[in-house]
Amino acid sequence: MIAFIIRRLIQAAFVMLAVGAIAFAMFNYVGDPVAIIAGQDLPAEQRVELRKSLGLDDPTPVRFARFVGNAVQGKFGLSYRTTEPVGRMIADRLPATLELSIIAAAMALLVGIPMGVFSGLYPHHWLSRAMMTISLVGISLPTFLIGILLILIFAVILGWLPSFGRGDTVKIGFWTTGLLTVSGWKAIILPAITLGLFQMTLIMRLVRSEMLEVLRTDFIKFARARGLSNRAINFGHALKNTLVPVITITGLQLGSIIAFAIITETVFSWPGVGLLFLQSVIYADIPVMATYLVLIGFLFVLINLIVDILYFVVDPRLRSQAAKVGGAK
Amino acid sequence: MRLPTARVIEFWRAASDSDVFYSFRRSKLVMLSAAITLLFFIAAFGASFLAPHNPFDLASLNLSDAFKPPAWVEGGDPAFLLGTDDQGRDILSTIMYGSRTSLSVGFAAVIFAMVLGIALGLVAGYVGGAVDAFIMRVADVQLSFPAILIAMLIDGVTRGLMGADRHNESALLVLIISIGLSYWVQYARTVRGSVLVEKNKEYVQAARVIGLPAPLIAIRHVLPNVMGPVLVIATINLALAVITEATLSFLGVGLPPTQPSLGTLINVGQQFLFSGEWWITIFPGAALAILVLSVNLLGDWLRDALNPKLR
Repeated sequence: MIAFIIRRLIQAAFVMLAVGAIAFAMFNYVGDPVAIIAGQDLPAEQRVELRKSLGLDDPTPVRFARFVGNAVQGKFGLSYRTTEPVGRMIADRLPATLELSIIAAAMALLVGIPMGVFSGLYPHHWLSRAMMTISLVGISLPTFLIGILLILIFAVILGWLPSFGRGDTVKIGFWTTGLLTVSGWKAIILPAITLGLFQMTLIMRLVRSEMLEVLRTDFIKFARARGLSNRAINFGHALKNTLVPVITITGLQLGSIIAFAIITETVFSWPGVGLLFLQSVIYADIPVMATYLVLIGFLFVLINLIVDILYFVVDPRLRSQAAKVGGAK
Repeated sequence: MRLPTARVIEFWRAASDSDVFYSFRRSKLVMLSAAITLLFFIAAFGASFLAPHNPFDLASLNLSDAFKPPAWVEGGDPAFLLGTDDQGRDILSTIMYGSRTSLSVGFAAVIFAMVLGIALGLVAGYVGGAVDAFIMRVADVQLSFPAILIAMLIDGVTRGLMGADRHNESALLVLIISIGLSYWVQYARTVRGSVLVEKNKEYVQAARVIGLPAPLIAIRHVLPNVMGPVLVIATINLALAVITEATLSFLGVGLPPTQPSLGTLINVGQQFLFSGEWWITIFPGAALAILVLSVNLLGDWLRDALNPKLR
């Protein structure tokens, strides 16, 4: 178990180093920092001076080490577009994205699992067929189209919900939250549905196929033979055994929810990191892009690590397998 | 020598006898999606002849035609079946031209990803060792990031390297490369897996014994035997590439409004949603959704039909 975690940690460190190297390369080889900071008019000697004082003349390994050191402390330089510190720009906008992502993931789970259980238990019920058809549409429709459709129906035609922004926010320490006001909750509904729909259909299909699989196994037949109630079998035995892959997929999907938030945030003008990233791509604002890459890389690695460990904890078969082959997965 | 027509007839007889064709005829849904996909291809690639108007011929545009609703709505004009946009362009025609752009980018990106993925997969599987480990490590790292993010990063970096003006000129190429680069992993993994199985078979050993060079064995003998799954992935990836292109264009980092794809059309039309001109964005959106759904269904069917395990 411990050997497994250490192995995973080393892998995670390797991935982070690779992501860091890409970010470092972007910082250093795309655009000239001196030209951007000093402008066109600076005399040549002062440029050389500036290069030296910025440490750009040092050998690449030294600069990379310094970059990693600064990154660990959250220092990523200044944005080319707004000349603000990138670290703070991202920290200001992270709460909005995290709140949206978590609400979307929670919705995907709370709606997706019951739908999956139902359509797994009654695969021929008309409601199950309807859910399968809808989920096919949900998987095929691009995220931004779903957002536009929701805006058209609920904001333009019905006028029930706002189509942009976060509504009123409350500041608690460094964290601004929209989840304590009515308008904040109203504003988060449409973006969260847009963001979570794909994950919801994915989870529903996964739970459904796992349920169908598990219900055919011998231990379920055995449980029926023992005379257990349907409820105990369906929820106590069958659902419990479907949850292992669901945990994995949900964890992995949480990472892509944060990335797909770029699209949702654009459709709904949601003031999060994704919108910031998009603006930085359009303006070729390399520091913000590179920092976003590092941040997303870190979140992905962290989530993968947690999921791997969780998987290991939940599924006893893996543990015994790992004992046999010496910790390798 | 047999006549070409005889060979065509023979090919058709063999094809219509095959299992794949049988499973095709059995499913009405698959036939419907094949028909819709075909219709899209004809409408898109024949846009210059079939479209009722040429939306990019500035002389034929008339601003007094702007914001016409679809023909069946009050105030609609039968000449513009699906209505017109803010510049008086016929929506049906822009959809046809837009589909052409979307499908071209999709095909080009899929082919680029396929060639790159196959090449790297062949090298990784056939050479093995450190080369294999390196390629697959890169693939693993890339696979843990969503394709759209990678495509956006590549797009942003090229923008930084080239400057915004030159970037707009070569937007099509940049888009194809960035989508292609973000989808190669799946091909590489599949090809590598199949190569590892194939390379120990007798025909490869025989080829080696008669002294053929390794690249020739890999391309002429191993590659044809691993192409089946690759083509299935390519079909499914076509839908994904079209979605990715549309999403990037919608976000404003794909194709500029001067050479609009379906995504650009949806993006441009979105601003008119609140003033009630819903058709400018909803029709291109519906076209995109129907296209992607039918290609997806075809891909699913092809996967099931070619996979002997599921039969």
